[in-house]
Amino acid sequence: MTTIDHSGAIAGQQPVYRSCRFTGLRVERSAELLIRANAVAAVVFLALGGLMGLMVALTRWPAVQLLPAEWFYLVLTGHGANVLLFWILFFEIAVLYFASAIILGSRIAAPKWAWLAFLLMIVGAVMANYAVLRGDSTVMFTSYPPMMASQWFYLSLILFAVGALIAVFVFFGTLVVAKAEGTYNGSVPLVTFGAITAAIIAVFTIASGAIILVPTWLWSLGLISEMDTLMYKLIWWGMGHSSQQINVSAHVSIWYAIAAMLVGAKPLSEKVSRTAFLMYIFFLQLASAHHLLAEPGLSETWKIVNTSYMMYLAVMASMIHGMTVPGAIEAAQRRNGFDRGAFEWLRKAPWGHPAFSGMFLSLVMFGFIGGISGVVLGTEQLNVLMHNTIYVPGHFHGTVVTGTTLAFMAMTYLVVPLIFQRDIIWPTLAKWQPWIFGAGAAGISMFMMGAGTLGVPRRQWDIALSDANLHYEFAPGAYLMMGMNGLSAILAATGGVIFVLIVVGSVVGGPRLDAAGAKLRFPLHDAGAQAVSHYGSEKHPKLTGTAILVTIFFISFVLYYFINWKYLSELWLFN
Amino acid sequence: MAIFSPEKRIWWKQPIHGLELGWIIVVFLWGLFMFFFMIAWHFIGDQNLSTETYRIAPDKFVERVEEFAEEFQAMDENGEPIEEEGVPVVRPAAGGDVYLLARLWEFWPIIELKKGESYRFHLSSADWQHGFSLQPTNINISVHPGYEHVLSLTPTESGVFGIVCNEYCGIGHHTMTGRIRVVE
Ligand code: HEM
Ligand SMILES: [Cu+2]
Ligand SMILES: [Cu+2]
Repeated sequence: MTTIDHSGAIAGQQPVYRSCRFTGLRVERSAELLIRANAVAAVVFLALGGLMGLMVALTRWPAVQLLPAEWFYLVLTGHGANVLLFWILFFEIAVLYFASAIILGSRIAAPKWAWLAFLLMIVGAVMANYAVLRGDSTVMFTSYPPMMASQWFYLSLILFAVGALIAVFVFFGTLVVAKAEGTYNGSVPLVTFGAITAAIIAVFTIASGAIILVPTWLWSLGLISEMDTLMYKLIWWGMGHSSQQINVSAHVSIWYAIAAMLVGAKPLSEKVSRTAFLMYIFFLQLASAHHLLAEPGLSETWKIVNTSYMMYLAVMASMIHGMTVPGAIEAAQRRNGFDRGAFEWLRKAPWGHPAFSGMFLSLVMFGFIGGISGVVLGTEQLNVLMHNTIYVPGHFHGTVVTGTTLAFMAMTYLVVPLIFQRDIIWPTLAKWQPWIFGAGAAGISMFMMGAGTLGVPRRQWDIALSDANLHYEFAPGAYLMMGMNGLSAILAATGGVIFVLIVVGSVVGGPRLDAAGAKLRFPLHDAGAQAVSHYGSEKHPKLTGTAILVTIFFISFVLYYFINWKYLSELWLFN
Repeated sequence: MAIFSPEKRIWWKQPIHGLELGWIIVVFLWGLFMFFFMIAWHFIGDQNLSTETYRIAPDKFVERVEEFAEEFQAMDENGEPIEEEGVPVVRPAAGGDVYLLARLWEFWPIIELKKGESYRFHLSSADWQHGFSLQPTNINISVHPGYEHVLSLTPTESGVFGIVCNEYCGIGHHTMTGRIRVVE
């Protein structure tokens, strides 16, 4: 602790704090600047990647087929990298700094290192776009060998990952500083706890990323002659899948944070919510198996054990959060006076606040669209029904777009006023934004899933197969689905553009909130700050509404699961 | 300096809500069920993907497929080899081995099967990774270079089936197809 103090003193930078006028939280200047920088970078890459997503979707709309084939594959590679890696990770770094420095009222541990991390990530992200746009790295973000990208592509990802790793260590350092300087008492609040699980998973993830990307880079330089395709996939997904668990931990933490700040929700039980977070760490590391169910050479036992760990404990963890988050909201809302019937708490929730609507839509759609389809896709035998069809991107747009991205957007509506100290401009448009984006994102997820069940392949320029020697005609429904996907993409992109405009406009020209007497357009709950940085369970609430919601969810899950087994039983026999 | 002090310090001693407990039990049992159902399907189901795999040099596999195609080349009534779009149609022995090659950018050759007969398919790639996607039945399997994947398949319906590549394999990916015919 002393050494960290000294480094700050040597540079002559004593931490500067302000007290947030809306929450009472103590905000340190360099933490604030770092959050701003990372959040801005995130939004820039979302805008770039989202635009690419729109072009991809419009190309896959058979009646439009916007881009020529080469450009389609190139832009698709860029889309995956910009949104899944750069948008998500920059934002996650901002979330980590928020969950440590801001929520715990601490200074950031090593601001210089944090800026170095930021710089490396920027260099990596820009270099990756350069490599992709050069045209010799159209390998999709999975970059399966023996297909080879230019050395710049692999190098850029390595730089980005090193930067992210440094940032994660700054987060851990900040926790140590906060503890040592006694900025909080007892255990860390739940939101910080969730962020810690995300950070721990990030360390594992980046390690497997290094194990696979460094040799691949050397291979692209000609220093290694051969890459085993199966081994590559196995390790690559050790990074690829667990990194998705960072997203889940991060966005679940955000669900809890927003619920706390907007309705004053406390966890129903600290024990249950925290154990569920811990289960992400314990039961997800090897789940890369569910990406390998259609590969040769891996035994059934290996597949069954590693997709499920005997009892789907990671899925269970998400299902627990899926109940405890609405449960906490219901409990808080009943305490706020909305106690009538099963659903007054939900009807009278702050739907006019884009952070709330975004968060709740994220919660519902992550479970119903992303979650259920993910379990089905990850079931040993069922996978053969949709492996590598466009069902797969359908599923993960349900998780990373309707789930993670929407949650991050919702959080941004709090970050802008609290950290940038600028109010949200265009409040009416802001109210609609989560619904527009959410509806579009739900559309692309579900129509891609629908097209996938009709056999449409993923990452493919022309489902009419016009240039193929042997012709095959997909069902008319497939064309309809891909057209609807294009329309939904326009809707999602519209929501995305509105989001970017509101955020940029607010940050640049929104009403200043650091003036005395300034009021928030979208107010927080009175006890919000207390609930989010507070520790302790809610007491004996009535939860009729939540019980009904989770029952509906469970029935949908079971039905969809068995429908797929029925489809499977109608396939050709594998014996 | 704490902003808000906690109620209790030890989180693992906090109480659990009844609904939480009930839900945990439900999802736990459901998870167990799903786990055992995958195992059960190996006994009650007919769609369990074979895991039989051999390492093979890509050029060796290409040779094998060529031998197979020559041996079982289908002939018309005049004794002429049958082709479709320049691709030979191969009629393997019922219950016998089938070799199917994935390469940039085709699945080769065209295979003619008998409905209700079981065949041993050998799948591999001559170059990059490809995706064997049989349509419209929707059976999807990854194909790797260097690995020969052997799986049994019994067609349960007759007709003409398309094979579409669904693993991105470069600029010709959307032209990579193949064909399986199933006759009564
Ligand atoms: C306007 C919003 C978006 C639209 C319209 C969109 C649309 C699409 C489409 C049509 C595909 C191609 C599917 C295929 O051909 O295989 C795709 C791929 C993908 N999208 Fe999006 N997307 C959007 C936002 C996002 C976001 C926010 C994320 C991540 C957080 C994301 C992650 C991905 C990934 C990882 C892929 C796969 C790339 C690959 O196969 O290599 N997308 N998207
Ligand atoms: Cu291919
Ligand atoms: Cu392909």
